[in-house]
Amino acid sequence: MSLEPIAFAGLAVVLLASALAVVLTKNLFHSVLYLALTLVGTAGIFLTLDAEFLAAVQVLLYAGGVVTIVVFAIVVTERLVGDRITQTSRHLVSGGVAALALLAVLLVFLRSVPLPATRPAMTGDLTRAIGVAVLTRWVLPFELLGVLFVTGLLGAIYFARPDE
Amino acid sequence: MGLHPYLALAAALFSIGLFGVISRRNTIGILLGIELMLNAVNINLVAFARFTGAVAGMVFTVFTISITVAEVALGLAIVILIFRVRHTVIADHLDLLRG
Repeated sequence: MSLEPIAFAGLAVVLLASALAVVLTKNLFHSVLYLALTLVGTAGIFLTLDAEFLAAVQVLLYAGGVVTIVVFAIVVTERLVGDRITQTSRHLVSGGVAALALLAVLLVFLRSVPLPATRPAMTGDLTRAIGVAVLTRWVLPFELLGVLFVTGLLGAIYFARPDE
Repeated sequence: MGLHPYLALAAALFSIGLFGVISRRNTIGILLGIELMLNAVNINLVAFARFTGAVAGMVFTVFTISITVAEVALGLAIVILIFRVRHTVIADHLDLLRG
C-alpha cells in the first residue's frame, strides 16, 4: 500500500471543497483566501506527480502573486469592512446545470478512453529537463513570454495612470 | 494509481470554475472562476506530461502559469479602471455595449 493514493485523495477533497467555497461564499475576501488554498492544494497535486519545480512555481507565482494582486484589487474597489464586500450570485440554477452537464460529459468521455494506468519511471532530474527544454526546443515561446510580460506591464501601467 | 483520477479531479475543478464564471455578479468573482478553470488545465497538463514521459507538458505549464499571472494583472487593472469610471464592478451594470 503506497502513500500516494492517500495523499491524492486528501488533496482532492481539500481542492474540491475549497474550490466550491471560492464560487459559493458570500464574502469576496474569503473567496480569495479559499482560492489561495485551492492553488496551494494544486501545488500538492503537482508534488504527487513528481513535479517539484512546478509546485514551487505554482506557490510563488499563483498563490503568492495572483492572490496578492486580487486582494489589492478588492481593497481598491470595495471597502474591506461593511456590507459592500458581500456579493450576490445569479443564474444559480442555469450555472449549476451547465457545470454539471459539462462534468458529466467529461467524465463519460474519460471512462471511454484508454489511458496509461502506470507512470513511467523517473529518469534523471525533471527540473533540469524542464530547464533544458525551455532554453532549447521552446526558446522562441520563452522569449515571446518576455515580450508579453513587458507589453502587459506597460498596459497595466497605462490603465492605472492617474487622471490628468 | 492511473491517469484517470487526475483527469477526473481536473474536470471537476473546471466545472466548478465554470459555475463560478456563470453565477458570480462581481467582476473580480468572475476572474476567480477563470483562475479555477486555468488551474484545472494545469493539473491536466502536468498529469499527462508525467504519465507519457514527455516534458513538453511541464514546459507548457510553466508558460500557462506565467501567462495567467499577466492576464490577472491586466484584468484587474481593467477592473480598477472600470471602477474609477463607472463606480461599480458588478458585471450586470457594465452594459455600455448592449444594443
